[in-house]
Amino acid sequence: MDRRSTIKWMLAAAAVMPLARGAVPRSTQAQPYGTDPNLQITYHPGDLWPLTFSAAHRQLARILCDAIIPADATSPGAADVGVVDFIDEWISAPYPVQRADRALVLNGFAWLESQATRRFSKAYADLAPNQVRNICDDICYLPQARPEFRTAAAFFARYRDLTTGGFYTTPQGRADLRYVGNTPLPRFDGPPPDVLRQVGLI
Amino acid sequence: MPFVDAQAVVNEEYDAIVVGSGAGGGQMAYTLSMNGARVLMLEAGRKYEPSEAAMFQTPEQAPLRGSGTADKPFGFYDATVDGGWQVPGEPYIRVSEQHGARFDWWRARMLGGRTNHWARISLRNGPYDFKPRERDGLGFDWPISYEELAPYYDKVEMLIGVYGANDGLENTPNSPAGCLLPPPKPIVSDLLLQKHARNLGITPTACHRAVLTQALDWKRIPALLHPGNVTAQRIIARDMQRRVPCFWATPCGQGCAIRANYQSTTVHLPPALETGKLDIVTDAMVAEVELAKSGRAAGVRFIDRLSGKSLGAKARVVVLAASAFETVRILLNSTSSRFPQGLANSSGKLGKYLMDTVGSDLAGQIPALESLPPHNEEGASGGHMYVPWWGYQAQKGGKLAFPRGYHIEFTGGRRMPQFDTLAEMEWLTGGSYGPQLKEDARRYYGSMLYFAGRGEMIPNEHSFCEIDPRVKDKWGIPVLRFHWQWSEHETRQAAHMQQTFAEIIESMGGRLRQPPELDGTKAIAPGGSIIHEVGGALMGASPVASVLNKWCQAWDVSNLFVADGASFPSNADKNPTLTIMANAWRIADHVLERMRRKEL
Repeated sequence: MDRRSTIKWMLAAAAVMPLARGAVPRSTQAQPYGTDPNLQITYHPGDLWPLTFSAAHRQLARILCDAIIPADATSPGAADVGVVDFIDEWISAPYPVQRADRALVLNGFAWLESQATRRFSKAYADLAPNQVRNICDDICYLPQARPEFRTAAAFFARYRDLTTGGFYTTPQGRADLRYVGNTPLPRFDGPPPDVLRQVGLI
Repeated sequence: MPFVDAQAVVNEEYDAIVVGSGAGGGQMAYTLSMNGARVLMLEAGRKYEPSEAAMFQTPEQAPLRGSGTADKPFGFYDATVDGGWQVPGEPYIRVSEQHGARFDWWRARMLGGRTNHWARISLRNGPYDFKPRERDGLGFDWPISYEELAPYYDKVEMLIGVYGANDGLENTPNSPAGCLLPPPKPIVSDLLLQKHARNLGITPTACHRAVLTQALDWKRIPALLHPGNVTAQRIIARDMQRRVPCFWATPCGQGCAIRANYQSTTVHLPPALETGKLDIVTDAMVAEVELAKSGRAAGVRFIDRLSGKSLGAKARVVVLAASAFETVRILLNSTSSRFPQGLANSSGKLGKYLMDTVGSDLAGQIPALESLPPHNEEGASGGHMYVPWWGYQAQKGGKLAFPRGYHIEFTGGRRMPQFDTLAEMEWLTGGSYGPQLKEDARRYYGSMLYFAGRGEMIPNEHSFCEIDPRVKDKWGIPVLRFHWQWSEHETRQAAHMQQTFAEIIESMGGRLRQPPELDGTKAIAPGGSIIHEVGGALMGASPVASVLNKWCQAWDVSNLFVADGASFPSNADKNPTLTIMANAWRIADHVLERMRRKEL
């Protein structure tokens, strides 16, 4: 994490410290991992603090993750590489940024259920793909969302970031982006000729 | 017995106590012990070994995909342990929470301090930077010149290993031949920036960073570092061979088990321990310097954090290098009938003129860098290039509204995706999701460029610290209370950074993530967020106006020295670490000479 992200985090944390959202209960058992955690082991969602999602939440989360990052010829969908578990871990964490997201996500889920009922008289889990998209289209771009959808659009923007953040940090997500690295090299040669040619530097 | 128990040092008499184990303390302990002095180093945090580094771990193995939290502000795998802007049980007081008037204090409670995670940017101050007041009438001049520090810059560069180039740019000194290692090859975004920036009159050039791009020349360098000292030469020659050059993978900030980059724990402490002259006590939180009846420092009182006991240690010389403001805190807490306002504070200047670096940043997206063929761009992990300040003549000619300069650090490339790498892309994608989002991610990944300005803050009367009359930390030690204010010298500079970054991005055919923030009071990062704390116990030419003399020796106490950034009379745009080390070596040589003459 570079300093740009860290300063952003610091300011964001300061901004949400006095958390005023009331409707969503806090997880009381969650403990922070402390300032000197074991860096050598692999952590899984639920290892450090209890998770939050009910079965219904998980089902909804899965549909939404796959609407945002579906499987295609190149890579799997977000839900198939553990992004639902990751989002559950995230919103269950005992830190200010995550606590704010907890309220945003759980309230967002409730709103999606209400829209499924209102628009299609169905549970969200029973919506057809085009019905899922029908709701998403109203909330996928906050700057152009209609006033009554602005809160939901803020939720969707954050949920999309949680989904991309969860997906592109997996081996499958890195492969999708054709990331190359994290492997020792005997020397560093700089950009190869095809790269320089494409950018117009040779 | 290099690492010793707190109780074991109580009855010892050392030549020197060094408080702190980072850049200043590490260099001081290295130079003193390599020259035969018996040194006790006291570190407030725990022992840390570079082999602990989580170098190859990837985000999905960490909680929260490795994102920063209050516990690990720079990410889960950052090398810093027990550190951050808040340390549990060790509060400090901010007089204001307002942007522009708040100061956030970073501390790293671990062996090696913040050198374990720093960016490794190692720039020399230039000649102007030691005499800023002579040039523009503001701030303070250093009681030393560039020429006095230059031989120590040479030595530090050769010892720790710094890559860079000599470009002969104004106030950006060349190093003598044989000091620098070759810079790594630029990545494609560096080259594109270089091509376009020329039209704006700015010159991207090789950055200077403390990373081994090749093995150190262990046959040639030791004799230059320690002339006439065969033992020291033998120890450092051997240790240089144990350091492995960069293998072009893993982020420096996660630490370096192969010792390719500089941390106090990878470079200074191993050879210093090998002398057999250095004892280190970790978890030793120094509370105060104790004064003997003679008026000299007798030693220090510290809390053994493991037992909670308050213990004493004695030495001929006490050197504080606890990090600038922690050093100030120790001195302010060292009260006596002779120094009721804190030790070495007869000038009343202790705790005054706190400085950080001016920071502001802007991101852009460069269409020319979209959808590039996959290739490895990790290189030396940090910047391969940077832009030194280019406006000295414009400022001299009165053409700029702010008196001091800044340099530009920039980051691009197809780096390992992190939690936020593809976050908040709506400004490019119009809110895509589904198959289109995946296409957009492939297209935009690696095409972002992040610019960060790092500028000089001029010391002012309104940025200072004092002891809070009520609050104590969990060890019972009174804590600092911070007052902070930027002046227009800084806020105008921050606005200029924004304008410049926007021009660069646009010259590259790029798009701005957001318009430049031309209100400098909003563009400037909060005090303390760049973590270049210096000042508070300035060195100067007069005991009335400064705390320390030119040898960073307290005017009031002859055997008390300061070897961290607290002594800095100014905070040039150049990142302070290299100067802290060079200055610490200079002070150590002086202490050794005075010890030989039996004056200490």
